[in-house]
Amino acid sequence: MAERLLIVGNGMAPGRMLEHLLEKAPGRYDITIFNAEPRVNYDRIMLSPVLSGEKNYEQIVIHGDGWYIKNGITLHKGTKVVGIDRAAKTISTDNGLVESYDKLVIATGSVPFIIPVPGHNLPGVLSYRDLDDVDAMILASKARGNAVVIGGGLLGLEAAAGLAEQGMDVTVVHLMPTLMERQLDANAGYLLKKEIESRGIKVITGANTKAILGSNRVEGVQLEDGTVIPAALVVMAVGIRPNGWLGKEAGLTVNRGIVVDDQMRTSDPDIFSLGECVEHRGATYGLVAPLYEMAGVLAKTLIDEPAAYNGSVTATKLKVTGISLFSAGDFAEAKDREEIVLRDAARGVYKRLVLQDGKIIGTVLYGDVEDGAWFFQLLREGADITEMRQTLIYGQGYAGGAKLDPMAAIAALPDDAEICGCNGVCKGKITGAITANGLTNLEEVRAVTKASASCGSCTGLVEKLIGLTLGDSYAPKTSKAACGCTDLGHDDIRRLIVAKELKSIPAVMQELEWKTSCGCSKCRPALNYYLLATWPGDYVDDNQSRYINERAHANIQKDGTYSVIPRMWGGMTSAAELRAIADVADKFNIPSVKVTGGQRIDLLGVKKEDLPGVWADLNAAGMVSGHAYAKGLRTVKTCVGSEWCRFGTQDSTGLGIKLEKFTWGSWTPHKVKLAVSGCPRNCAEATVKDIGIVCIDSGYEFHIGGAAGMEVKATVLLCRLETEEEVLEYTGALMQLYREQAHYLDRIHKWLHRVGLDTVKKQIVEDHERRRALFARFVHAQKFAQIDPWAERVNGAFGHEFKPLADLRLASAAE
Amino acid sequence: MNTTDWLEIGRLDDIPKRGARVVKTARGDIAIFRTMDDQVFALDDKCPHKGGPLSQGIVQGESVTCPLHNWVISLKTGEAQGADQGCTRTIAVRLQDGRIQLSWPAVPAVKAA
Ligand code: SRM
Ligand SMILES: Cc1cc2nc3c(=O)[nH]c(=O)nc-3n(C[C@H](O)[C@H](O)[C@H](O)COP(=O)(O)OP(=O)(O)OC[C@H]3O[C@@H](n4cnc5c(N)ncnc54)[C@H](O)[C@@H]3O)c2cc1C
Ligand code: SF4
Ligand code: FES
Repeated sequence: MAERLLIVGNGMAPGRMLEHLLEKAPGRYDITIFNAEPRVNYDRIMLSPVLSGEKNYEQIVIHGDGWYIKNGITLHKGTKVVGIDRAAKTISTDNGLVESYDKLVIATGSVPFIIPVPGHNLPGVLSYRDLDDVDAMILASKARGNAVVIGGGLLGLEAAAGLAEQGMDVTVVHLMPTLMERQLDANAGYLLKKEIESRGIKVITGANTKAILGSNRVEGVQLEDGTVIPAALVVMAVGIRPNGWLGKEAGLTVNRGIVVDDQMRTSDPDIFSLGECVEHRGATYGLVAPLYEMAGVLAKTLIDEPAAYNGSVTATKLKVTGISLFSAGDFAEAKDREEIVLRDAARGVYKRLVLQDGKIIGTVLYGDVEDGAWFFQLLREGADITEMRQTLIYGQGYAGGAKLDPMAAIAALPDDAEICGCNGVCKGKITGAITANGLTNLEEVRAVTKASASCGSCTGLVEKLIGLTLGDSYAPKTSKAACGCTDLGHDDIRRLIVAKELKSIPAVMQELEWKTSCGCSKCRPALNYYLLATWPGDYVDDNQSRYINERAHANIQKDGTYSVIPRMWGGMTSAAELRAIADVADKFNIPSVKVTGGQRIDLLGVKKEDLPGVWADLNAAGMVSGHAYAKGLRTVKTCVGSEWCRFGTQDSTGLGIKLEKFTWGSWTPHKVKLAVSGCPRNCAEATVKDIGIVCIDSGYEFHIGGAAGMEVKATVLLCRLETEEEVLEYTGALMQLYREQAHYLDRIHKWLHRVGLDTVKKQIVEDHERRRALFARFVHAQKFAQIDPWAERVNGAFGHEFKPLADLRLASAAE
Repeated sequence: MNTTDWLEIGRLDDIPKRGARVVKTARGDIAIFRTMDDQVFALDDKCPHKGGPLSQGIVQGESVTCPLHNWVISLKTGEAQGADQGCTRTIAVRLQDGRIQLSWPAVPAVKAA
């Protein structure tokens, strides 16, 4: 008699194993299968096309009823195995059957992970695993309405696309900042999000689900930040877990999954396992390719042929019609790795290869995945690609094809994109004027359109437009590249961020065709600043792109402690503030208290863990961060002025306080320092400050562009003003112009040197409307900037920054 | 002989990607780093140059840039990169199901000291 082979689970893995087994040794086993699902073996990975309506169930069946009959296999549909008696070598089922085996195969797949938030078992909350889930989703979608998909991974996005296809209004809620973060880097994640959103699906990233709402059935989803999204259907697709309980109860070795050796044997020599329920060499799998490799090995093991499974490298695709993405291997950055990146902004293409020791170890492709299979093959073979490195990224079919057009980003701009911010000239006007008037150079374009005729920061773009319109006959001057990651200069980057409405670092890098995947320590902080300055209130600051002082909101010292400098508005303080500072110094054993060169007090030598406590006490006494660490407003120095001084002409102290209250908190390209002196004796050293006010009998001299650091620069006089209100307006306008036009890390004097005093005069002093508009933009930006970073952190934000991960001092003392 | 024990010090998610946290010990701070691809490393929190706290630096790939004078230190070996010379002690750490475990005692020769 043939040996009895019993299989628990009728999914894709045992299905493929049986095909091999029947081909090699048709009569060897008497086979019985138990399947909890009431159906035959079908192609689970095609559930998404069934959901979207592109296919139906019959089209995805792998083995129909006839196949089991033909091969003499007994299939118990809708029967769940509930126990294994290893001593008796029998299994028992939920409907009371007990069957014996000689060899047993466990192939129970995996179970969807359900986040145990309140409301998770309300009717209308589904997972996405089998045909029943798909049927339930299609039924729910008949009523149209809103659906929320929790989880922006492979399954979640397929579910979202399918539900949208069925006419539902879908929102994807994803915990991480980028979609499919396990398979894609941030750049491909950006393109994917853009594509998903273009289909009318809303995507909320960085969002934690707090509760599922509803009384009898689901009515909505509430996020951690309080947002409520109405929903008639919620699909949870946050991950899967190997389904190993059956093995565990039978006493087999089970970690995350049922542990198998290279022959797919469990800790019991007569019991085997394969598919998503197993753990092999510490790894579990959630894609079919590795399971098919396991299937081949197990079939051989069962007929005593030598075979070994050595683990798999997997590749990912997303099965949403019209979206092409591919990823495989390890694509993290590291010192000993190199990368090749190719971007084509116009076509929405991003390709990245990660190399180590002349071999491909990872790849991410978006938009053009034709070469995915080839790269994957080179990766798995560990092929040496040194010879083809130059052209590798262009793919297997490369035959000296065209190089990418460096002007593509500019060519793709719409006609109404503003090129010259000073004079409000758009792209169409420039290209139109070139053609209509037969213009051939920059001077002519300036004369006719006024584009680039003021501050000049758009010169690079205007030159590129001339080149684009005139073709090869014109060779545009290339501006100095901002860093090795791009060919564009700072001005072009700034103008394109505005013109193309780019609102995140990955968006800038993709649309402006960055040559690296993640930028470098030069461009990241610059981009972070440009985005912050361009989109106040909209852009979310990227902490990882900031230096420690701006991350910790304190200045690091040589011994790793920090210094704390609270604001002392206009250099004024009070007995109460001084008392609070003294108390803080005592309470936290702060070793040094020093008066700074900026007219305020520095507490030096504060331990990092003490920072929130120190800030809390200073906050309680009414003091806020002095931003002594920031590329932003530092101090406003004043002298005593007309209040006390016998020479004082105006209230310089009062004006300094007003100016500091108005400008604090703003982020700027480099630090900004102000001073107000009460008379031309200039005791506040106003003429070596970025903005310096010197009071005179008739009003105020408004000076700009001073510094007294590595270079000593005296200010230049911009104009004379009559009232304090005017001084505030001119200060806001000048700060804003500097914020909008300067290159990152240029102080005001450097920016002034580049654009010229005349253009600044024109915009601030002569053009009243423009000055008022700049002032208004500064006031708007300040609404989002004037939040005390210390108070935020005292209230718990970024807590991880200030607490040690663990304190083992006692543990070691007890040794 | 000292056998190594593994002491649990926290979860992977407690450290931001490309970030670091400190573990206090009686013999000084240990910096625990998490890279972009979720590898975890532990080093004495002391730059070989002038003792800068490496935990406060910027993590790039498998190295960290010291916050004081920008030396670049390998997280794997503790070795200063490029032209700079020096080495910081590394300590064994491992990840078990998203939990970080530090080899302990981190300084085996406590008694000999
Ligand atoms: C604390 C203080 C010295 C003091 O004890 O008085 C100081 C301390 C530092 N200065 Fe300063 N500067 C201080 C007033 C000045 C002044 C005087 C002033 O503001 O009137 C100047 C010259 C004026 C100027 O900026 O033009 C000054 C010109 C610089 C420079 C050179 C800037 C330049 O453009 O050339 C740097 C380097 C830089 O910023 O890149 C610098 C950088 C630094 C740094 C941040 C160095 C660093 O990276 O660690 C020091 C931080 C120490 C700390 O933790 O607090 N510090 N520094 C002063 C803090 C003022 C405050 O209350 O905020
Ligand atoms: C919507 C969706 C899309 C996917 N897309 C892709 C893709 O594009 N590419 C890719 O590679 N992979 C994809 N996958 C993953 C792929 O489908 C799985 O890796 C594969 O189906 C796993 O096969 P398996 O045999 O291990 O388990 P399963 O196919 O899950 O089969 C397990 C079976 O065992 C049954 N069972 C469980 N416990 C018992 C018990 N005690 N008694 C009896 N029966 C039991 C279950 O009912 C189930 O039918 C997708 C998965 C889903 C859900
Ligand atoms: S001058 Fe400024 S940067 Fe130099 S040592 Fe003094 S505080 Fe530090
Ligand atoms: S202390 Fe680290 S670089 Fe100087």
